[in-house]
Amino acid sequence: MNSLRKSWVNRFSFLFLILFVFTLIIPMGYSASISLKEAFATEAPASAGGEHAKGEEGKKVEGEKSQYKPASKLKVEDYPIVKGFNSRIAVWIVAQLHLFFGAFVLAVPIFVLVIEGVGLATKDERYDHMAHEFIKVSMTAFSITASLGGLLAFMFVSFYPDFFKYMAGIFGKTMIIYAILFFGESFCLYVYYYGWDRLNKGFSKWVHLSVGLMLNVFGMTLMVLSNTWASFMMAPSGIDDSGIFLGNIWAAIRGPLWNPINLHRFIANIAFGGSVVGAYAAFKFLSAKTDEEKAHYDWMGYTANFIAIFGFLPLPFAGYWLMKEVYSYSQQMGITAMGGAFAWLFIIQAVLIGSLFLGANYYLWCGMGRIKGSERYTPAIKYLVIVIVGCFLVWFTPHTLIMTSKEVTQVGGTHHPVLGSLGVMSAKNTAVNMLIVSTFLSFMLYRRSNKIATASWTSTGNALQVALFTAAAINIVTLGVYGYFIPANIRIGLSIPQVMTTLTVIIVSSIIDAFMYKGAKSTGPIEWGKMAQRSQYALFLLAISFTWLMGLMGYVRSALRQHWHVYTVLRDNSVDAFTPTLGYAATIITISVYIFIALVIFAFWIANFSTKKQKVVEASH
Amino acid sequence: MKKLIQAVILILVFYLILKVGIPALGSFLHHGTWPVVPTALMRIYMFFVVAGVLLYLTFNEESAKELGKPIKEIYGSPEKGGLRMIVIAIIALFGGYVTYQNVKPSFEAPIELRSIHPAPPSSVEMWGKTYNLMTLTNPFRADKANYEKNAKEGGIVFFKNCFYCHGDKLDGKGHYYSGVSPLPANFVDVGTIAQLQESFLFWRIGTGGPGLPKEGAPWRSAMPIWQHFLSEEEIWKVILFLYDYTGHSPRTF
Repeated sequence: MNSLRKSWVNRFSFLFLILFVFTLIIPMGYSASISLKEAFATEAPASAGGEHAKGEEGKKVEGEKSQYKPASKLKVEDYPIVKGFNSRIAVWIVAQLHLFFGAFVLAVPIFVLVIEGVGLATKDERYDHMAHEFIKVSMTAFSITASLGGLLAFMFVSFYPDFFKYMAGIFGKTMIIYAILFFGESFCLYVYYYGWDRLNKGFSKWVHLSVGLMLNVFGMTLMVLSNTWASFMMAPSGIDDSGIFLGNIWAAIRGPLWNPINLHRFIANIAFGGSVVGAYAAFKFLSAKTDEEKAHYDWMGYTANFIAIFGFLPLPFAGYWLMKEVYSYSQQMGITAMGGAFAWLFIIQAVLIGSLFLGANYYLWCGMGRIKGSERYTPAIKYLVIVIVGCFLVWFTPHTLIMTSKEVTQVGGTHHPVLGSLGVMSAKNTAVNMLIVSTFLSFMLYRRSNKIATASWTSTGNALQVALFTAAAINIVTLGVYGYFIPANIRIGLSIPQVMTTLTVIIVSSIIDAFMYKGAKSTGPIEWGKMAQRSQYALFLLAISFTWLMGLMGYVRSALRQHWHVYTVLRDNSVDAFTPTLGYAATIITISVYIFIALVIFAFWIANFSTKKQKVVEASH
Repeated sequence: MKKLIQAVILILVFYLILKVGIPALGSFLHHGTWPVVPTALMRIYMFFVVAGVLLYLTFNEESAKELGKPIKEIYGSPEKGGLRMIVIAIIALFGGYVTYQNVKPSFEAPIELRSIHPAPPSSVEMWGKTYNLMTLTNPFRADKANYEKNAKEGGIVFFKNCFYCHGDKLDGKGHYYSGVSPLPANFVDVGTIAQLQESFLFWRIGTGGPGLPKEGAPWRSAMPIWQHFLSEEEIWKVILFLYDYTGHSPRTF
């Protein structure tokens, strides 16, 4: 009877799986068919020869009237005034909050799926429990994301109707597909979360994993779809100079900034999501009553920190690609961002990124305290501190220094002979690569702390690794210094060998370590839970810094459009069509961060309720 | 107490490096100057130096306890009431001193932030025509057959008009070099024209100092509005010459 029931459950699960796949394929297939149809349409409306229409496939028949209208020339009175609201601030804060939560709920299922898979592969149930707890934290956040998304859409319609009309005129189809995909994502998320215990054994577990995969596919598709709207506003494509849509939706989607933004957001989401669940683990660790609880949340915090740093390390490189493409698209945008008004926000960014590196390393160093055998490596930490703090100081030294007139006289001009050379890309690239290599070294030492390699070639392996790190440091610094003597277009190219050096060190060292420590002798288990309380504040620092960074740099990316809704096409003529001062912008971003943190604490608190209830149920059994 | 002393010494050493070491190095590079670390930057540097020292001394449990011990003793032991009052008084006085330094009236000119390479507009009007700077390219760059001739003609324009400030070596050290502030651009330096597109130079030369946006402090630059004296063709040719002479390539991305 039992086996019969099981077989029916399995069949049901399988049917569900097929249903999910179709739920995904239908909208995607539909959207692809529209794209293909339009891309190959013989009567496609066409290029008016404007810069926005570069690369267009279609050709418009002479004199043919387009079904699409040009971008309106808006006036102040075209912007409705809703009493009690400042349109720009309201949209700014709500959009920012929607992005914070959106990033979080898109990221969590990615690493939850990986952790669940690890649990299945290693047959270690702890991974499964942790993955379940991670997704639990994101459930309230999912509802908040949806609510904020709805609010944002209403705000666009209420405050900026003509802008929204123009965008919907081009992206209307994708907006509908977006809404359909959102249903798919919600469906998968609820089945994934509520079916966790039910679909936990045998074939059902595979079905559960498949649902998780579909959840991520829906999530990623949603992200890249919404990115098209943001990237179109910055670097419009598929339209002519007057803003008339040329009819090919694919051309409007694949703007020059779409893929750099897709990649940057995908990686950043993982880092951000990891840091927020890390804060949750820290919160639970600090409020834990028993040793078991402490051990569990200590391990959870460590894993979350690992995820955050894993996502964070390649992020600067994705950022460089994005900024390179921004510069390439518009010199005005590139200079405004990196050398003009917004350069000061990049200095704040550098300070926050440096804080992230410091926080993440400190957490690892503190973690070595709960591992017997780590004493062998702790003397190296002082050198790591010097390198990390030193690189950090170089990393945030601005190119243009703020000096009083007395200081200008002392320096002998506005150019500082020593610090001036630290404000350029050569120094920054060198510093960030050294920071990454040092952080990886911290991680390696942490991983080795309770292991003694027994391989016969251990000393050779260690020598090889020392040589690798030394050669990498020399190469990174030499390339950085060389960059001062060559023109900018060649200098920017040097970042590639620098990055490759960093990646080589990480990959080759990991491989050597993996082989060298295979079957290694243990000096004792990691004593989970015996972590210093102060280390948990590093996890809070990570979450807050990531949130702030997202707000700041998101503002920079968006504000590069200046007084345009859609850059060079649809001009913003509202009363707020000016770039606010940096202090004002930073205040609004900080308010958004506070609101986000308050809502996240609320989500943690709600997640706590179900844990309590679970415990009561367990106790009664 | 040992750890606290160690922390103080470490912070002092780094402070001295920043306060004396960097100006000394700068003075060695530029004789006759004492290039201090500007106060605004010094504060951020010191904040993170202190943070780094504290992180180093607290990652280990024993070390953290030892560092905190004298602080705990001063604030927690009833018998050390006198010392506690002295410490609190020193902290309060120091806070008062810092506050006073920040709010006391000053006759110093306000800090002026000048962007050396401000962002160009998306389009610019010159000779009654509108130029789209996002797509504008040098028409003589593509004319490979007459490249040398055009560059040479650009050189003639340069030596008739620009070299008085920008110098015969294009290094920004012309006859009037020391008389203007900001200093004339050094085109040989890899940080100037080498990192800019040709359309940027066209805009800068054509509209001169007064054409700078506010962030570039247009009231300070002595650069003339060259569209009043040169033709469009002459400006493009002089741009061709600047890159040709210095050996730099214009930025194309």
